[in-house]
Amino acid sequence: MQTPVTEPVTEAVIDPVIHPVIQIEGLWTQFDDLVVHRDLSMEVMTGEVVSLVGGSGSGKTTLMRQMLGLEMPTRGSVKIFGISLHDSPAHTLKKIRKRWGVLFQQGALYSALSVFDNIALALRELRVFDEGFIRDMVMLKLDMVGIERRHAGKMPADLSGGMVKRIALARALVLEPELVFLDEPTAGLDPDRSESFVRLIDSLHERLGFTVVMVTHDLDTLVSLSDKVAVLADQRVLVYAPLEAVVRVDHPFIRSFFLGDRGLRALSAAKEPAFAPALPGAVR
Amino acid sequence: MIHEPKVREVRGGSGGEEALAITLIGAWDIRSLERQARALQQTLRGSASARQVRWDLSRVQRLDHIGALLIWRAWGKKRPAQIELRPEHEIFFANLEGTGTLVSGRRRIDSFAPVRAIGQWILEAGEHVADIVRLLGQMLIDSVLLLRRPARGPWREISASVYRIGTQALGITAAVGFLIGIVLSYLSSEQLKAFGANVFIVNILGIGIIRELGPVICAVLVAGRSGSAITAQLGVMRVTEELDALAVMGIPYTVRLILPKVVALSIAMPLLILWTSGIALIGGAISANLQLGISVPQFLIGLPAAVPTVNLWLGVGKGVVFGALIALVACHFGLRIKPNTESLGAGTTNSVVTSITTVILADAVFAVLFNDVGISLL
Repeated sequence: MQTPVTEPVTEAVIDPVIHPVIQIEGLWTQFDDLVVHRDLSMEVMTGEVVSLVGGSGSGKTTLMRQMLGLEMPTRGSVKIFGISLHDSPAHTLKKIRKRWGVLFQQGALYSALSVFDNIALALRELRVFDEGFIRDMVMLKLDMVGIERRHAGKMPADLSGGMVKRIALARALVLEPELVFLDEPTAGLDPDRSESFVRLIDSLHERLGFTVVMVTHDLDTLVSLSDKVAVLADQRVLVYAPLEAVVRVDHPFIRSFFLGDRGLRALSAAKEPAFAPALPGAVR
Repeated sequence: MIHEPKVREVRGGSGGEEALAITLIGAWDIRSLERQARALQQTLRGSASARQVRWDLSRVQRLDHIGALLIWRAWGKKRPAQIELRPEHEIFFANLEGTGTLVSGRRRIDSFAPVRAIGQWILEAGEHVADIVRLLGQMLIDSVLLLRRPARGPWREISASVYRIGTQALGITAAVGFLIGIVLSYLSSEQLKAFGANVFIVNILGIGIIRELGPVICAVLVAGRSGSAITAQLGVMRVTEELDALAVMGIPYTVRLILPKVVALSIAMPLLILWTSGIALIGGAISANLQLGISVPQFLIGLPAAVPTVNLWLGVGKGVVFGALIALVACHFGLRIKPNTESLGAGTTNSVVTSITTVILADAVFAVLFNDVGISLL
């Protein structure tokens, strides 16, 4: 933070400014004879919004699941907040799991629980807050994602796709995560809803400053949200750079993905905000 | 260095009015609060109740919505008059400002709830019956169409279902049948020995297993094994819109999915019943040999004399009816499943419970209708 503090802070420095949230080193993924990732390495820094893109079968989803500890890489390590996911004791992993939030592609709301209970679940699991606190917190999160309170008692089966995504986002954010994973955040939403959802994520990111890793196919989402794009192709991270640098790389996948008709349209439509120099002093 | 969240109070009396300055220091975020939220909440409540308080939040190192809400609730969900706050923390309280107005409507107690529930239950039961009758009617119409154009019938599906429901159940039905035969024979022989009526073991086992136990045990096993599978399968197909996909392709799902199940169960059940009854009789014969000294050949020779053949046909007939009933009930519950996990679980349970109950009801009807058929008195 660069905002001046009125009184001198006696309690020393606050944050080590930038350190990698995610570190992947020498990661191999192999299904029988099929090598999906070959010696893949990448780092995600605090506050960044990173998009993973790649053709189908390039292992984006697998990579994301490995970052979440849902799948084991064949070789190599994945470290989140500097802690290895694959050889740490269970209680350390439990701590990590409280510090991240995940938005699954289909929302993955617990269909047996109401909207309220879905969001409250993680808070209740902590067993430190009383019901009044939890209720206020859930309402706050519903406000933040723009869901009216009267929907709190509904069951997930009665909700539209857009609402499911918003509520799933509220659930992902309820423990104030430092790291948020988004799996196809706008898939299955109509363009209007998709745009407002992207705006929502963007504003929340700006206000709360969490790190975002997302897998997306949607160019509009990619262009309007990402600081950096990691292109997965040829079993590795082909490029990992801001979008404007990525599009300059000459590779068949990048040409067809970004420089096809759809890609160019999305790029030119978003030219203004996306290609402006990074805002000085933006909250990161 | 990040510090633990702490509350510091400084009391200073100025001009009669007692003034209190509260300084919050350290990290007020979920990571630090997780351990001591309760204690801090207590402290804050206590401090906030004083009349004039100056709040100094400028030394809070970290803040998030959880910490802000904790403080906000201590404030009584409104901003105190005197407050010092870091500008970057302003946002959290700004977000909270709206939530203070939440009115939680107390739920009204419905004194007629039990009556309503009974009515609901009766209406629902009626609906189930109507639905099953409709399904049965549809089945009959489909069968007529099938008989008119047999080449277009779902023969492959029927064959697959017979294999899955019948062939693959041979092991479990044999095991259960064998054990039941042994148990029944063992228990009866104890009684028969007391009366010196050893030979009647053949009558008891023959009539009991072929006419009653074989069909009912088999039906219970199949309802649990295949009925639940059918319900779950149709339920998932409903959830994933596969049924709708079939409908828009012009393939009626009753013909392609339900009819094969009903036909297959009606074919497989009688065969399974014969198999189960046979194995149960073998189990019974072995046990009788050990307990009463009736040799297995003797048992087999006595069987046709003791059990009129019509009992066998009765068992087979029950099989056809039970099979069709289980399939219809299972399909009916499968089609009613709504797209959520709870409904899938409840639907499967209801399907199994209902089909077993229905089978036993049907068995009672059989017993009443055929009470003077196939039981020879000596």
